[in-house]
Amino acid sequence: MSDILLPSLVDGLLLGFVYGIAAMGLSLIWGVMDVINLSHGPIIALGMFGIYLIFTNTGLNPYLALFVVALAGLLLGMIIYGVAVHRVIDAPHLSTLLATFSVNMIIIGIGTALLTTTPRNIDFTLGSLSVGPITVPWTRVAAAFATMLVTGLLYLFLYVSRPGKYIRAVANNRVAAELMGIPSARILALSFGLGTMLAAIAGGLIATFFPFTILSGGSYELKSFVICVLGGLGNPLGALFGGLILGGLEGLTPAFMPTTWVPVLEFGLFVLILLVRPSGLLGSKS
Amino acid sequence: MILQVQGVSKWFGGLKALSQVTLDLPQGQILGLIGPNGAGKTTLFNVINGVYAPEEGRVIFMGQDVTGKKPYHVAHMGMARTHQIVQPLNELTVRENVMVGACFGRENHNLNEAQQIAEQVLEFVGLGDRADQFAGSLNVAQKKRLELARALASRPKLLLLDEVLAGLNPSEIASMIQTVSAIRDQGVTIIMIEHVMHAVMRVSDRIVVLDYGQQIAEGSPEEVSKNPKVIEAYLGDPKLAERLGRLSHD
Amino acid sequence: MRALRSPGLWLALALTAAAGAWPYFTGSASNREVAFTILLSVALASSLNILLGYTGYVSFGHIVFYGLGGYMGIYLLSERGVSLWLAVLAGGAIAGLLALLLGASILRLRGAYFALATIGVNEAARAFINNFQPFGGPIGMTLNFRLYDHYGGAARALWMVYGVMLGLTLLVILVSYLVKNSKFGLGLLAIRENEDAAEIMGVTAPQAKTWAYVLSAIFPGMIGVLFFFKNGNIEPHDAFRLHLSIEMIVMVMLGGYGTVLGPVLGAAGYQRLRGMLLVSPIFKNIQLAVAGGLLLIIVLFVPAGAVGWLRHRVPVLRKVLE
Repeated sequence: MSDILLPSLVDGLLLGFVYGIAAMGLSLIWGVMDVINLSHGPIIALGMFGIYLIFTNTGLNPYLALFVVALAGLLLGMIIYGVAVHRVIDAPHLSTLLATFSVNMIIIGIGTALLTTTPRNIDFTLGSLSVGPITVPWTRVAAAFATMLVTGLLYLFLYVSRPGKYIRAVANNRVAAELMGIPSARILALSFGLGTMLAAIAGGLIATFFPFTILSGGSYELKSFVICVLGGLGNPLGALFGGLILGGLEGLTPAFMPTTWVPVLEFGLFVLILLVRPSGLLGSKS
Repeated sequence: MILQVQGVSKWFGGLKALSQVTLDLPQGQILGLIGPNGAGKTTLFNVINGVYAPEEGRVIFMGQDVTGKKPYHVAHMGMARTHQIVQPLNELTVRENVMVGACFGRENHNLNEAQQIAEQVLEFVGLGDRADQFAGSLNVAQKKRLELARALASRPKLLLLDEVLAGLNPSEIASMIQTVSAIRDQGVTIIMIEHVMHAVMRVSDRIVVLDYGQQIAEGSPEEVSKNPKVIEAYLGDPKLAERLGRLSHD
Repeated sequence: MRALRSPGLWLALALTAAAGAWPYFTGSASNREVAFTILLSVALASSLNILLGYTGYVSFGHIVFYGLGGYMGIYLLSERGVSLWLAVLAGGAIAGLLALLLGASILRLRGAYFALATIGVNEAARAFINNFQPFGGPIGMTLNFRLYDHYGGAARALWMVYGVMLGLTLLVILVSYLVKNSKFGLGLLAIRENEDAAEIMGVTAPQAKTWAYVLSAIFPGMIGVLFFFKNGNIEPHDAFRLHLSIEMIVMVMLGGYGTVLGPVLGAAGYQRLRGMLLVSPIFKNIQLAVAGGLLLIIVLFVPAGAVGWLRHRVPVLRKVLE
């Protein structure tokens, strides 16, 4: 039993890091501006395609390409904020939900037309790491390290740099921050950009080990919701832990029940946590 | 007694917003509730009408223990209130706003009856010609009147007025005070939170003073305005202390 | 009833009836299919509007009622041999029951948390049905072709289902109107505008919200049975399509949430536009992107929707455009 369980758990946890970084982007945006970004999934998919297109066209190492994708994600997010979100930032939730969903439709629409829905695969491997009964592809390990690195840099940015401190101030109290002279519109755009950057990075990392289409982001978006609720909406570090919990859960459950029951468990848990503890298992900013 | 508040305490985290507040209110009186900002006046309203459940003490309304009951239960029993920060239903018309009060308050009217009541009440508070406007388009003074109209339309036994005079000019204050007296003359018991001292002193039968959640004085307007504790509590707010001093010399 | 003399109601009913009668005049089955899709959208959007537009609660996973109702109906039809009528009622009943159970729990959540919970419920339901063998698991269920013989053969059965769909759509519009112009509806509107203030004025919000939710769930449950009866088979993937759920919201917003006519026009307009984009060689591939762009423009610049905008701009029209 345990010789199946252990590798499966490790596999799940490593994947959990990537879930975590995807969810962190969603959580950051929610934490700063109370917006649930429904274009999260397609942006994850764009991250996948970003790495894919760079790698297949130039042969650039995917991990270097990740920098390009991250930057593009940041810019794209700031553009999305400026075009679609800023105008309705103070409107009821329905407006921002629909505005970001319309971005979702636009990306999926154009993406389907240009990139089709044929599954793609990045022909890139780093071999496998074997420790006892556990054998994992190095790409998974690298993804986990990349996630930790990005998380560390994000927190460094939020706590040390001036724009980062501004972001935390705006998250805490936008009106007060504006009164202190913080340019809230630019800070909100930056925060949205960082959130989409994290989504794009997550997509890029996933693309190094799973085949994908333009629609692949959807399931990670749904998982991100679950994770954010586990870790507390608006708490980026909580999202990372939530990702690990979900990854671990996905790794463990197949030992006890058919894999197809995993989503039932996940979404059942999701609704349950929303009901009994809407601030998440690990608490959130408020 | 239409309302009895017995030893009510309310905490927000570590902050004790209300501490052992006790008051008895006979039917038909106007009780003025005064105190510096942050004294817990609005919190007391929120406990009385069920927005918050108190950690200690009981609230008894018309002989029934309503502690921890939902606001709509208390509303059905005949308690209505206005808000310090106006809460109009913006996308509904002024008339519809008032109809909500008539439909869901003590008398549980159907839409036709509610419409008639709304017309009467809007006439009474001076918003008769605004009935078809969206509530969101009213100015602040009009929104205050709308709050009052909504509360009145429920035909309450007890009316909680939270700073209905704030932000009004002197002539508006005078007419609002007339309105409040007229409501009392119809047999409605009233508690009013107020900062406009001369007004609340003139219209109230009794005054309760809160400071930091403590009940520091209670009595007739005259007694209260001479109470040294009250004057001390207001010293933090020199303008009010001065006004209070002037009132006791009148 | 005074309400039944309102021009606004008759306008919405007449428009729907006229559009619905069109396939009967042409007698064309392809016209009928187009009209069926439009009626289905109108009915779904109008049902959702009771919760979204009147009560102000954003249900992103409303399609769960359509899917669950459809499954219940198809199961009863194919495995238990009940009549279509009973199956339709059962579909509505099971959807209403689920809403009643959910209403007691997730309607406590506000704003985005409620929206997220409804997505969770839909996904959980989809994943559950995927594993639920009595309903065929991931394969779903297929109706035996001979079942249509009870209704005069497949061709006649499809026309009959269309007729029922038309009737049901008109019923939904009537109910939507009656709710909006009732005391119950006034309570819902008060909740939409400010739930705390509504409760203080005596609106029993938990109860009112739950009934609004139940009412907005029953019709999608019934419609699900009709659609999947016509379709001949049902799969988890088709029944709980989150995308359709969000399209319902788009239709309501397009026409104007909280109005009776809005969802009718919004749904019809959206489906017509989608149909046109699908046949256009230029837009065929990016029809989703065009629809998304349109939605964005509506959300950013005309948040009240077409009917809502007209009502605000031209007060005279308020009597006609309910």
